[in-house]
Amino acid sequence: MIDRRRADVRAGVALLAPAVLVLGALAAWPGVWVLWLSLQQRIPIFGIDRFIGLAHYRFLAGDARFWNAVRVTIVFSTVSVALELALGVAVALALQRLTRGRRLAVTLLLLPWALPSVVVGRAFEWLYHPSAGLVNFVLGGRAVNWLGEPALALPALIAADVWRTMPFVALLCYARVLGIPGEVYEAARVDGAGRLATVRAITLPLLRRVLLIALLFRTLDALRAFDLMFVLTGGGPASTTETLTVYAYRSLFQTLQLGFGGAIGVVVFALVMLVAWAYLRTMERPETTA
Amino acid sequence: MTGGRWRDAAVLALLALWAVPFFWQALTSLKPDAALRAVPPLMAAPPTLAHYRVVVERSVMPEALWNSFGVAVLTTVVALVLGVPGAYALARLPVPGKRALLLGIVACTAFPQITTVGPLFTALRALGLRDTWAALVLADTSFALPVVLWLLTGFVREIPIDVEEAAALDGAGRLGVLARVVLPLMTPGVVSAALLVFLMSWNEFLFAFTFTATEASRTVPVALALFPGVFEVPWGDIAAASMLASLPPIVIVIVLQRWLVRGLTAGALRE
Repeated sequence: MIDRRRADVRAGVALLAPAVLVLGALAAWPGVWVLWLSLQQRIPIFGIDRFIGLAHYRFLAGDARFWNAVRVTIVFSTVSVALELALGVAVALALQRLTRGRRLAVTLLLLPWALPSVVVGRAFEWLYHPSAGLVNFVLGGRAVNWLGEPALALPALIAADVWRTMPFVALLCYARVLGIPGEVYEAARVDGAGRLATVRAITLPLLRRVLLIALLFRTLDALRAFDLMFVLTGGGPASTTETLTVYAYRSLFQTLQLGFGGAIGVVVFALVMLVAWAYLRTMERPETTA
Repeated sequence: MTGGRWRDAAVLALLALWAVPFFWQALTSLKPDAALRAVPPLMAAPPTLAHYRVVVERSVMPEALWNSFGVAVLTTVVALVLGVPGAYALARLPVPGKRALLLGIVACTAFPQITTVGPLFTALRALGLRDTWAALVLADTSFALPVVLWLLTGFVREIPIDVEEAAALDGAGRLGVLARVVLPLMTPGVVSAALLVFLMSWNEFLFAFTFTATEASRTVPVALALFPGVFEVPWGDIAAASMLASLPPIVIVIVLQRWLVRGLTAGALRE
């Protein structure tokens, strides 16, 4: 038996080692290296490469552009995710009562989610066009410059993001709702519960776990989002849509400050880990595990 | 039951309304330039394939489609070749430090690309891989492999262990069990994971934008983001290019929906 176990350990290590090594080289190591990089001033075009300790972080602490990016990132993430969750649940509930055309419904739903985000960016760019865009036409022939107006650009960006990602939430909730046995609803009806009472007393509590998971997935994705704002607004106008990721990208590859951009990347990473940690803490509490 | 039919139609209509931005882009791709700015009639002039002709004959889109396809397929293959045996080991074998490894894999799926793009850029340039497929396959593997490992570990755990024990009693070694018994049972899971990873790689933008420089390796999202306009933005051409860029995702959503949905929901609905 011991021989068998030893052989199993050896087989397990042999089967897993290639994947772990590759992951170590492609994910873990860059993750550690970026920490080191963020402690250096590294601007290749000027041949600058020196250790400066925490100077980048100290600079960020007093950098108005950085705090603006933090604010934009947080507003974008919270508003997008809140809208996606609310709309996603509503769509899942509508789908739940669908008797025919389920496949068509899932196709329509998955389409926005499966498209490249650059395609979505370019599609919304056209929809928001000041003179020829569909949005202005539907609003009665206005000439609103959705992406050029500082007050409107972030909401317009959020709308595009919600369009793209709400289906993911809806699909998760729909899959969960389909797993609820029909007898549960039968019993509720026999007890005289109305439609709304049933949703509140049965469906929503059963959706709680999947909603928490969707909340985590979507929040992490929103904090990391880059493609859509980069293509749609490029961070403008007047930095009103410049998230941390866009600021980091600009620093890394437009002004080629690998160390400084790395430091902003580290902040994004810390933010993501903070959210994941807070989430795990919440999930561990007994009353939310049901 | 007619009430139900009306409700079904209403729900489907609302979903179709949600998908309008996509349909609008499809319509735009077929409109002649002169009709593009005339919004009121849906189709002011007879549809034309002129924009598609421009995109296919006079843009880098054909090369970009080929690059995207190659990179996405290779990334999927690499992630599966490494991920399938790894997931089996994680699910079934007594690997030391398994809990920590699983936690690390989950952490890898949460890694922001913007955090690692700088170091990866420096490393790929040092290796002389800038503007090659290899650079993109390596970079994309960094997010594809954790997804494959995570999804497949769950799928393997769902396979009843008795099948394996029976095969082991018949004298098959671990590798024999994996190849002859587990792998066939894993196929649906592998298909789901492959589709998901292919889509992620097909859609990926930040790495492709950073590590490519010419049409030798530029992928579809990059070509679309950089789509050139001389005096005016060529909205019709961009729409046509967008439709071509959307083809694989559309095919997957329509034809392979069942597997895609399984992959999507498996990670979240487990336990």
